[in-house]
Amino acid sequence: MAVAQSDHAVWLRGIEKHFPGVIACDGAELKVRAGTIHALLGENGAGKTTMVNVLAGVYRPDGGDVWVHGQRQVFRSPADAIAAGVGMVHQEFRLVPSLTVAENIVLGAAPAFLRSGEIEQKVAELSNTYGLAADPTRPVWQLSMGERQRVEILKALWRDASVLVMDEPTAVLTPAEAAELGLTLRAMAEEGRSVIYISHKLDQVVAFCDEATVLRRGKTTATFSDLMDVDLAELAEKMVGTATAGNIERPEPLEPGPAVLSLENISACNDRGLAAVHDICMQVCANEIVGIVGVSGNGQKELAEVITGLRQPTGGKVSLSGEDITAASPSARYARGLAYVPEDRLGVGLAPKMSVVDNAVVRSYRSQRRGLFLAASKCVAFCRGLVERFGVRVGRLNDPIAGLSGGNLQRLLLGRELAEEPKILVAAQPSRGLDVQGVAAIQGHLVEQRRSGVGVLLISEDLDELLALADRLLVMFEGRIMGEYGPDVTPRTILGAAMAGMPPQ
Amino acid sequence: MSEAAVIGLFVATVQFATLVYLAALGELIAERAGVLNLGVEGMMAMGAVSGFMVGLETGSPWAAFVVAAAVGALVGGFHALISVVLGADQVVSGLALTIGGVGLAAYVGRNVGGRIPETKFTDMSIIGLSEIRWFGDIFFNQPPVVYLAVLLGAGSWFVLARTRLGLALRAVGESAPTTDAVGHSVVGLRVAAVMVGGGLAGAAGSFLSLYMAPGWTEGMVAGRGWIAVALVIFGAWKPGRLAAGALLFGFTLALQPRLQSFDINFLGLQVNQISPALLGMLPFLLTVAVLVVISWRYRHGPSPAPASLGIAYRREER
Repeated sequence: MAVAQSDHAVWLRGIEKHFPGVIACDGAELKVRAGTIHALLGENGAGKTTMVNVLAGVYRPDGGDVWVHGQRQVFRSPADAIAAGVGMVHQEFRLVPSLTVAENIVLGAAPAFLRSGEIEQKVAELSNTYGLAADPTRPVWQLSMGERQRVEILKALWRDASVLVMDEPTAVLTPAEAAELGLTLRAMAEEGRSVIYISHKLDQVVAFCDEATVLRRGKTTATFSDLMDVDLAELAEKMVGTATAGNIERPEPLEPGPAVLSLENISACNDRGLAAVHDICMQVCANEIVGIVGVSGNGQKELAEVITGLRQPTGGKVSLSGEDITAASPSARYARGLAYVPEDRLGVGLAPKMSVVDNAVVRSYRSQRRGLFLAASKCVAFCRGLVERFGVRVGRLNDPIAGLSGGNLQRLLLGRELAEEPKILVAAQPSRGLDVQGVAAIQGHLVEQRRSGVGVLLISEDLDELLALADRLLVMFEGRIMGEYGPDVTPRTILGAAMAGMPPQ
Repeated sequence: MSEAAVIGLFVATVQFATLVYLAALGELIAERAGVLNLGVEGMMAMGAVSGFMVGLETGSPWAAFVVAAAVGALVGGFHALISVVLGADQVVSGLALTIGGVGLAAYVGRNVGGRIPETKFTDMSIIGLSEIRWFGDIFFNQPPVVYLAVLLGAGSWFVLARTRLGLALRAVGESAPTTDAVGHSVVGLRVAAVMVGGGLAGAAGSFLSLYMAPGWTEGMVAGRGWIAVALVIFGAWKPGRLAAGALLFGFTLALQPRLQSFDINFLGLQVNQISPALLGMLPFLLTVAVLVVISWRYRHGPSPAPASLGIAYRREER
């Protein structure tokens, strides 16, 4: 029976996988031909990551079986999957930050004795062969996200993987790096390797991939053996199950109110002590959304942290409704009406191992007290209120929050931050990596906040989102504001040039 | 103060350094693999009593040394079972090991307390080198365990820095999910590291009961296990720096009992008036100072402490 499948590099058949309270995969199916790039599509929580973790030996399926190159495989560990030729690049990179590039690449398949310089040289040869530039002697913690991804791909090639799984590979890349990745993957496919490519970015999927499988709620709902003539709208529709994956509507114009947040000559350093933000002056008024656009790593994260009090500026002044808060603690700023949705949801925004309830009340626990103590019933009621108002899909409220999918984490986080009616909301990449419905829900809340008089500072890499939602756009490049632009009157080419450090003359 | 007294101080320094170095080297190996083992004191006590009893029976200090190492590895294996295989809290399990190990050693050794061993490790001169003035007596006229400790230290450095096994061990201490994903056995590496660490602590215990203080008395490890734990931090998790730290800590240990006899005025301070109890605190004060220096020096990058030290790993946890 294996014979009929021998032309498939990968066949995941009828995969079932259950987590407490969640059915991640419910009989899903995936067939990948050798020498192709195969897109695996679906909303958050559709089961994509679970499927590929089964293929990579990280999860053992509760049902179904795994075939690789016509052989039925029962993987007991990632080691078994690697031995069968499956290489996986996880969404959160699996690299050891304190080890060098070369040490990370050979980890797991190193010679018994490491002669100094020898593995570095071999790694350099491999990286030249595939045009994946990476200095073998540098420690990984010093690398950018794009470089780390190249190290991950080199790691798989070092093991000579015949099937490479990429989970959301372009989420952390600049557009130029993403295009480069497309070429690298194509070169690998032409050598006869297969690539499984998980992404939400449909335009990239159509540009990079040969075939596609669509998952929805743990089941395979569609397969496409040729993506040449496929309509983007059709793909999007198969993913969400409705035909609502359209454009974002521009909110109605509003007269901006008084300034709620103002920055005067703010400068700051990054984690390595290097100057990351230079002399930034800006204001956000009530009833407006100010967009900060730029390729990530140009000081946006540091700027957001200075505003929210997580990072001390090296110079300048931060004011909230005219009051100087430069030296105020993050909690004092929250009490004065500053809400924050950080880029790192499940690290800075939420505590992964704490329950849904605890995460929900961690900002406003002072209001959930009875006498000196927290009242469990008030906490649960508060959390339930958030869950209903923001449409969060949860299992049990006392389970760790890490079990929720990305979209639901973000709904809860945003809901928590908005619960006590802030004056200003700082949101960093709030819709990144979310499914179509999640994006729409989050964007809807931002627009609603603007209407109700909140000032919103929206930091995003998604130009479409910013063009649609923002009243004013500030382009950030190497820690500086390159200029202010009206989203409805500025051509994309001008914004693109400013993002690359070339303001219009 | 006589020349002999000074040389005696430094001879004892090297021996105390060896004692804490062996135990600390074991702890270093376990911690580089990501497992904190606070049971060093208990493992040393078990090594001391079992080594002493084997020494009494067989008359061979080397048989005692090997058995003590095996007992230490076994006790360490208990910690590995609880904290690595079953994923329980490493701090709790390690503390239990210290309390339990010290207590069990007292029980096992209840009938041999006060007996005099017929044999113990004898000093071994290194031909040629032992003739060097001062240095010969201090470094090259010592029991063989001292030389063995140097070899073990160099060997540990080589394995950690220059072999596949060492790379895997360092990786599992930094990031267990990464190491698992490339196909190394997280549990296998960690259990092995903890057992090797226990073996070294047990061996150190037998060096105590068969050379440094021949005999068995309850509580004879007297906090040296804790000094070994502190020494790993002091040495910034590196075998070489660990050796330098061991000599410094060994000096404070050697100085303590001799302090009263040192009739020196140092910077207006009468040395023999200092309380030995204060001197006993010195290794821990130095360790705290080193912690401060480390966190300041490494503020822009990863600290030298293994990143997943103390964190249990379960594969399917989301």
